Amino acid sequence: MPQHERTGTDVSRALVDLNPPELAKFQQLEAACEYFDQSDEALIQILHRAQELFGYLRDDVIRFLAQRLRMPLSRVFGVVTFYSFFSTVPKGRYIVMVCTGTACYVRGADKVLEAFQKELGIEVGQTTVDGLFSLTTARCIGACGLAPVAMIGEDVHSALTPDKVKKVLKAYR
Amino acid sequence: MTPDELTQWRDRAREAMAFRTDPAGAEGPLPDGTRRELLICAGGACISSGQPSVEDALRQALAKAGLEDTVRVVPTGCMGACSLGPLVRVMPDDVLYVHLAPEDTAAIVEEHLAGGEPVERLLYRPDEDAEPIARPADMPFFRHQQKVVLANCGLMNAESIDEYVGRDGYQALAKALTGMQPQDVIDTVLASGLRGRGGAGFPAGRKWQMLADAPGEEKYVICNADEGDPGAFMDRSILEGDPHRIVEAMTLAAYATGARKGYVYVRAEYPLAIRRLQLAIQEARRAGLLGRDILATAMTFGIEVRVGAGAFVCGEETALMASVLGQRGQPQPRPPYPTQSGLYGRPTIINNVETLANIPPIIRNGAEWFTGIGTEGSPGTKVFALAGKVNLTGLVEVPMGTRLREMVYEIGGGLPDGRAFKAAQTGGPSGGCIPAEHLDIALDFDSLQEVGSIMGSGGLIVMDEDSCMVDVARFFMEFCVEESCGKCPPCRVGTREMHALLTDICDGKADGETIAKLESLAEVVQSASLCGLGMTAPNPVLSTLRHFRDEYEAHVADRKCPAGVCRNLLTFTIDYDLCRGCRLCFRNCPTDTIFQVDGEKKYRIEQEGCIHCGTCFEVCPFGAVKRE
Repeated sequence: MPQHERTGTDVSRALVDLNPPELAKFQQLEAACEYFDQSDEALIQILHRAQELFGYLRDDVIRFLAQRLRMPLSRVFGVVTFYSFFSTVPKGRYIVMVCTGTACYVRGADKVLEAFQKELGIEVGQTTVDGLFSLTTARCIGACGLAPVAMIGEDVHSALTPDKVKKVLKAYR
Repeated sequence: MTPDELTQWRDRAREAMAFRTDPAGAEGPLPDGTRRELLICAGGACISSGQPSVEDALRQALAKAGLEDTVRVVPTGCMGACSLGPLVRVMPDDVLYVHLAPEDTAAIVEEHLAGGEPVERLLYRPDEDAEPIARPADMPFFRHQQKVVLANCGLMNAESIDEYVGRDGYQALAKALTGMQPQDVIDTVLASGLRGRGGAGFPAGRKWQMLADAPGEEKYVICNADEGDPGAFMDRSILEGDPHRIVEAMTLAAYATGARKGYVYVRAEYPLAIRRLQLAIQEARRAGLLGRDILATAMTFGIEVRVGAGAFVCGEETALMASVLGQRGQPQPRPPYPTQSGLYGRPTIINNVETLANIPPIIRNGAEWFTGIGTEGSPGTKVFALAGKVNLTGLVEVPMGTRLREMVYEIGGGLPDGRAFKAAQTGGPSGGCIPAEHLDIALDFDSLQEVGSIMGSGGLIVMDEDSCMVDVARFFMEFCVEESCGKCPPCRVGTREMHALLTDICDGKADGETIAKLESLAEVVQSASLCGLGMTAPNPVLSTLRHFRDEYEAHVADRKCPAGVCRNLLTFTIDYDLCRGCRLCFRNCPTDTIFQVDGEKKYRIEQEGCIHCGTCFEVCPFGAVKRE
């Protein structure tokens, strides 16, 4: 490992090399850190903001936060990997989240999930080659009355059946 | 703001909402000229079944008819009848329209609002031939309910502090701050017998007393809104539909216990709840109901929202506090209890959303009013999230002690296609299954425990003969395996091993000792785990073993799944006489194990190579494929 990575880079100098849109994102993240007074208590809240800005939690983003919040990289990484909401790999433009909560399960969520896997050609946790869809499952999105449901982006699709999956996806392609 | 000013504010706001608070007595237009109000349910379920486009169409139709100045559209919190949405309720007529599509709104405006005749075809009907029912109070789904916690949900705009105040909002706070000592507030909550609605049912008043008695100046109140049980969504609906109630309740808790600061820990999956709660906190602060000198008294209290990041274990008190502080949400051994050493090592109480939602009405109406509802051991109401194989699903609030049968058949309207009730699951991954023989059980904390289940947070999932109880147990165990935080081995390893044993049973690989091993492992995990997640993880297994042992034994001894769910135990055959030779199964078989019977227009399944996927069973139009 190069020397500067072990001792920590000077964050502001490292940012000079970034292209403008990237720089803007880091500046916004910086603002979030300041909003929370660089407090280590706000780590989860700041990570939410970082994921919103960058789409996922890249290595350099995690390093940036460890330095800004003055905490060991291991502590930031430990929190990132503990919570299922945070991702260290890129996600598709649309997150397809199939609910596998109890109500959905009783009403056939497993078959719906299978249909999504077949239609997208990916397994849970993967992203399609065109970068359009990522497939995940959720434990319950609180729409039990409409089971089985799936969320695509912010939209909830209710009372799904395997036959409906293709049509539902078409609207996003 | 002084208490007197609050009362004047309430009176003004109440007048503006007269159609809703007193539909029968409301005459003529409201002070601002409004002649009718259209309440449109903007709960999570209605939003996803099309509420936004219905609302747009409704507003356009009103504008077209020139009614936009006299008819007010009010988006409300969840009305509860989720499977009937999108819903619109016309006030003061008190007519509820169900299953609306954007194109239906013109009829409502022209026929009902302009013409004065309710649109019959858009009303609820229990079944196709039944007479339509216009008033919610006449529908069985609502008639059997009693709304205390959800009293405002579905009747007001959740983003308006005016409307909350108009529904007696912050009156409990004014009453406590001006006329009650902190100990009086605790005594009232103690006397009400209110038990924690998050699962364990611990008396809320005792928790408050412990915090009040704890030494030191710095104390904290936390609202646990990390609603993680799959199948439960009442906390979400309360936060989305009535967020000020939680702000008021937390402030009351702070007054009673001497806490100066509060946190609401909300799961990240509920963005709308987070937004509305933040808005409510801002509005309350601006109105002098939160912050410094609350209601012109010396009281100071502030609330911060902390957003979780998807970890079920964070519903556990000590894990939740770690997460509030931005750490991994791993539990700590108790004692010390949070009331002794909680957030920052200071005394802390953690109350669930629904528990807190009961506080303002208890303070306003008194403990006796509350104990008059429900049963002796479980006073008050409980909100259930009714889901699964039942005709009407949604949020249902009933007095404690309501019979399960009433819940399923009266409120829920029975099972679809008249199918038979097999079991109801309560309490999520920490709970159990109640079999048909206990359909007359009273839904309260103690009765549920007697049959080996728990109240939990109030998820109630109805299952019919198509659910295999071993598979259900495995489903919940899989949940616990994934959500175990990994800190203590009994939970981390034990749940994994139990899951493996359950999978063996479902796959037909179990032997004579598997069930005994499962039972003994369940005991170890139950007694040796660090926190509630592990301690209750075996419950679904133990309760299904208790009530459906024969089903387990059928899997092991006969290699059969009576419900026809566990694929590896199924055999598919084609009935020679029923087969018409349409080739659908032949064409769809993924492993090409369906063959033509020699020289005939008939097909058969070669058992060798069949992967029991069930495709042939599903595609056969003649019911010729048999599954056993």
